[in-house]
Amino acid sequence: MKQSLQSPAMTRSKVLSVMELRKVYGDTVAVDGISFDVGSNEIVGLLGPNGAGKTTTINMILGVLAPTSGTIHIEDVNIATDRCRALERTNFAAVYAPLPGNLSVYQNLRIFGLLYGVKGLSERIEVLLKHFDLATFRDVKCGVLSSGEQTRVGLTKALLNDPRLLLLDEPTASLDPATARDVRTKIRRFAAQGAGGVLWTSHNMYEVQEVCDRVLFLSHGKILLEGDPKTLPREHGKETLEELFITVAREPLALELG
Amino acid sequence: MDVNRIAAIVLRQYYLMRGNLSRVLSPVVWVTIDILLWGFITKYLNTVTSAGFNFVPALLGAVLLWDFFSRVMHGVTMAFLEDVWSRNFLNIFASPLSISEYLSGLVLTAIATSSVGLIVMLVLATTIFGLAFFAYGLMLVPFLFVLFLFGIALGIVGCTVVLRLGPASEWFVWPIPALISPFAGVFYPISTLPQWMQYLSYVLPPSYVFEGMRTIVWGGAVSGPRLLGGGCLAVFYILLAYWFFLHTYQHAFRTGLIARYSAESMS
Repeated sequence: MKQSLQSPAMTRSKVLSVMELRKVYGDTVAVDGISFDVGSNEIVGLLGPNGAGKTTTINMILGVLAPTSGTIHIEDVNIATDRCRALERTNFAAVYAPLPGNLSVYQNLRIFGLLYGVKGLSERIEVLLKHFDLATFRDVKCGVLSSGEQTRVGLTKALLNDPRLLLLDEPTASLDPATARDVRTKIRRFAAQGAGGVLWTSHNMYEVQEVCDRVLFLSHGKILLEGDPKTLPREHGKETLEELFITVAREPLALELG
Repeated sequence: MDVNRIAAIVLRQYYLMRGNLSRVLSPVVWVTIDILLWGFITKYLNTVTSAGFNFVPALLGAVLLWDFFSRVMHGVTMAFLEDVWSRNFLNIFASPLSISEYLSGLVLTAIATSSVGLIVMLVLATTIFGLAFFAYGLMLVPFLFVLFLFGIALGIVGCTVVLRLGPASEWFVWPIPALISPFAGVFYPISTLPQWMQYLSYVLPPSYVFEGMRTIVWGGAVSGPRLLGGGCLAVFYILLAYWFFLHTYQHAFRTGLIARYSAESMS
């Protein structure tokens, strides 16, 4: 039961528009012609089992992987033809992309602030250091921070340029429950207060239900389901989002045909 | 090109050097050892060979120029390898930074690090061994410039090899200057080489520099057009190296290699 891809994002201004995106490696189709949007002030969850194509999709949106076909627009900027301008309004945090451990928190933020062309950089760094409770680690090398602290530094870097599109690949994976809740609150505030939108991947369905306005279920490179994470499970005869996730992971055909 | 983004790449190397003294000492120590070793060899040679020929400008000057070239090349590759070692590719290449800005930052870093090495070598060679470096006259400027350009070109090639073949391939990059040196005629005239090696020398810009240097030492005049030809060759190699890097980056962009440098697996 592949649902309509017309979404609430259509009524908001779009910060991300993905059209017929496809990535093929030899005979393997990693992403199979997916289309979706993220609106401003919206948090969209990109869900799916390992190998579903989530990270491939994110890498293409980040401009580090060329799509085989399809287009990606950040706001109205095509990443294929105007990469720098598109990436100036994007940022990301991922557990597998920590900031260099041989530089201090401040040094890393200063360098990435320059790369992203942040105005009033020094003030912006100080504000974010306080916001993420990192002021005491200002001059500490990132490599000696705990994984939770490193995750917070990554999020600080991701918010440096106040991005229109924020990509978060399992941002709370290494955080304790209290810090994870705090991070979720901050990300929700980011989405609510500014003009930005968030594309969020996570395997924590409780978190997804709490944070995301809308979810996309990806399986074998295709979007199988899309909808409100609070109502979607019942629409498909499941009690919880986790049950629905397991069904998507194990029996995607049942959902496609159902 | 955005100056701030180029400055970010240079600033990163500055922070790294400031934070770890070994990064500054390493190039200084190696050039110091080279100058001391070759300085004493030339002093010894001056005592055992017939009077009238001074080995200092011929051998020690050659070592100094060759070390400068090697430092320029390694300056570019070291700055690149810092991003490889800290698994920083995804952060760097997912930012608005363009390839030309990134390479410009690496080149500016190499200018700074190789200048430090050059100053140390000049001080040691002139104060301890009496190398009258300015005996080469104004030709010193084009000599250094040609070596600098070719060092940049080879540095970019080194980065490309690592980008294409992976982090372990850095061991192919370090010996590149040593592999070139027999053909470049650093210590002997090109005419000493067998004919097939001479053909390779003609396409290496440093060979024009070292031939020119020896001409000055023997009291002759350097051929301007020949040295200019060496400079043009070096510029050609920079353009070729840039194209090679861009081509390899595009390959990495298509295959997902950039992302895999950071992400262990792609889902």
